[in-house]
Amino acid sequence: MSATLAKGINAFKEVIDTPIASYFSSCVHCGLCAEACLFYNETGEEKYTPIHKLEPLRRVWKQEYTLLGKLGKMLGLSRPVTDEELTEWEPLVYDSCTMCGRCSMVCPVGNDITYMIRKMREGMSASGHAPEDMKSATTRAINIGSPMGIKWPAVQAQIKHVQAETNIEVPVDKMGADYLVLMSSMEIINFPEYLSAISRIFKQAGVSWTLAPDAFEATNSGIQIGSSDLAREIVSRIVVAAERLKVKCVISPECGHAFTAIRWEGPNLMGKPFCFEVKHILEVLDELHAAGKLKTKGKDKRPLTYHDPCQIARRGGVVEQPRRLLGEVAEDFREMPDAGVMNWCCGGGGGVSANSRAEPLRLEAFKVKKRQIETTGAHTLITACANCRIVMEEGMEHYHMKVEVLGLTELLAEYLVEGE
Amino acid sequence: MNHLDLLTFARGSALNWALIIFVAGTVLRLFEIFGLSRKPDLARPRIDSPGSGWRTMFTRSIPPQGMLKRDPVTYIGGYAFHLGLFLAIFFFAPHIEFFRSISGLSWRALPSALVDASVVAAIVSLIVLLAHRLNNPVKRMLSTFGDYLAWTVTFLPLLTGYMAYHHLFVEYTLMLALHIFSVELLLVLLPFTKLFHTFSVFVSRWYNGDFFGRKGVAS
Repeated sequence: MSATLAKGINAFKEVIDTPIASYFSSCVHCGLCAEACLFYNETGEEKYTPIHKLEPLRRVWKQEYTLLGKLGKMLGLSRPVTDEELTEWEPLVYDSCTMCGRCSMVCPVGNDITYMIRKMREGMSASGHAPEDMKSATTRAINIGSPMGIKWPAVQAQIKHVQAETNIEVPVDKMGADYLVLMSSMEIINFPEYLSAISRIFKQAGVSWTLAPDAFEATNSGIQIGSSDLAREIVSRIVVAAERLKVKCVISPECGHAFTAIRWEGPNLMGKPFCFEVKHILEVLDELHAAGKLKTKGKDKRPLTYHDPCQIARRGGVVEQPRRLLGEVAEDFREMPDAGVMNWCCGGGGGVSANSRAEPLRLEAFKVKKRQIETTGAHTLITACANCRIVMEEGMEHYHMKVEVLGLTELLAEYLVEGE
Repeated sequence: MNHLDLLTFARGSALNWALIIFVAGTVLRLFEIFGLSRKPDLARPRIDSPGSGWRTMFTRSIPPQGMLKRDPVTYIGGYAFHLGLFLAIFFFAPHIEFFRSISGLSWRALPSALVDASVVAAIVSLIVLLAHRLNNPVKRMLSTFGDYLAWTVTFLPLLTGYMAYHHLFVEYTLMLALHIFSVELLLVLLPFTKLFHTFSVFVSRWYNGDFFGRKGVAS
């Protein structure tokens, strides 16, 4: 066994815990998880059955943590996990799983398959079986500070632009601010509207907030590739900055996986509960709205629909907030079929959009999203994740769909009552 | 050994050994699962959601919206089989008499005709589910020797029980002995096959419900 394979198998052994042992023990091979998976549904290929993607991890569990499996291993009756097998499984674990969590919602025996994929990626990356693009994104996140290679000066340039446009000062490194605002690379590069919208909304609501030069990036490639050590390094930047600035709350931007990374994995990676809160921007906006601090005027007359980002709705619990906010500014809001916690993934989460090898499959899987959008008849699609947004824009371009995509924060800012 | 001797053996030491292996195997498997432990979740739960895990133990039996239509055979077959088997095991008068003899507890039986119908439903469901497993590409790919073994040892007690009750083909004493042997085979294999989901399903559903509950999503 090669050294890297041994490292991978060890990582598999380390991540297997009581929940995983109960999940593998309970699986009755009913295959219903396939019905929940966008990759299986759109391709019809059985290899995309979610539980099948975990087969190497299952065998390690069986051979290491069950009496019968150990006996089988001793007698040479069981097949060990090999490098070749992990190479074969790499596209299944990375390219065809966005960790969207739909399968975890339908498994009749309650297996949280997504939880297992997340854990399995630890062994895959430790054994060198992670996609090249994701490896380089993670290297950039560690060395440069952002998976897309963005540095603070790029954010500064955007701040300057936003300040000129809005006449509002964007606070940086403000000690004792209530909120530390994070962004995703995607927003910095492609959607400067977000920062502008935040500035205007927070000014109107009288919110005390700040950006931090050492912690502007919210996404966490370490989690997507499955390396807890690197994920900890990335999340610790935010923790250090939040503690240094003594903020009460860190705001995760319009990005799904960033929210999971900071909100749910962050404290576990750091090994301690946070001394500040973590909220998604939609939660903050909803609170401001409830407190009467977010005032809007007029309504968008276009038919609008909303795409629930998986990590914000199904894996994040932010479902009602966007609907309440949309209720304020949308005259003709239309739900997609399966909206809310059973929404279908855009196809690009969990690192899939960063993995160019997965592109043809991702576009194939996008067909379910296409059908969902078309059912509503709306030509304006609102979402709350910059990654979903770019993935859907690419998908719609590929299928020649004439649909505009907007971030919800940005839409709210359009109808904001200012200067009162 | 005549048929009566065989029945005495089935009811006696064979049953004792089967029960010992069943109990010891179940305890061992539970130790294997819980012995691995897990790290406490340090992320502050979204809402105080006590009981989310416990609720999911039961609510997961209901198909999520749209799923019944996607695979009706698995859902309907699954319900009919589990319900039929449950009624047959726990509400057939002679079975209750058996439970009373070992535990002292007894409860009201269902009319034999109703139990008979539920056994037929369970048998038919199992056959349909097996055909579905062989026909459906996903299920066929996932299936291993263990799946077919589990199917067989679940099917045999139903079949032999039905044959014994209706005095079909084989002499009654022998059929009854075969029925008891088939149950013993099931008991011995249950902890070591996927049939262990009988117990572990409550653990896996609990974790699923707890994980989703902490995030504020009812699962």
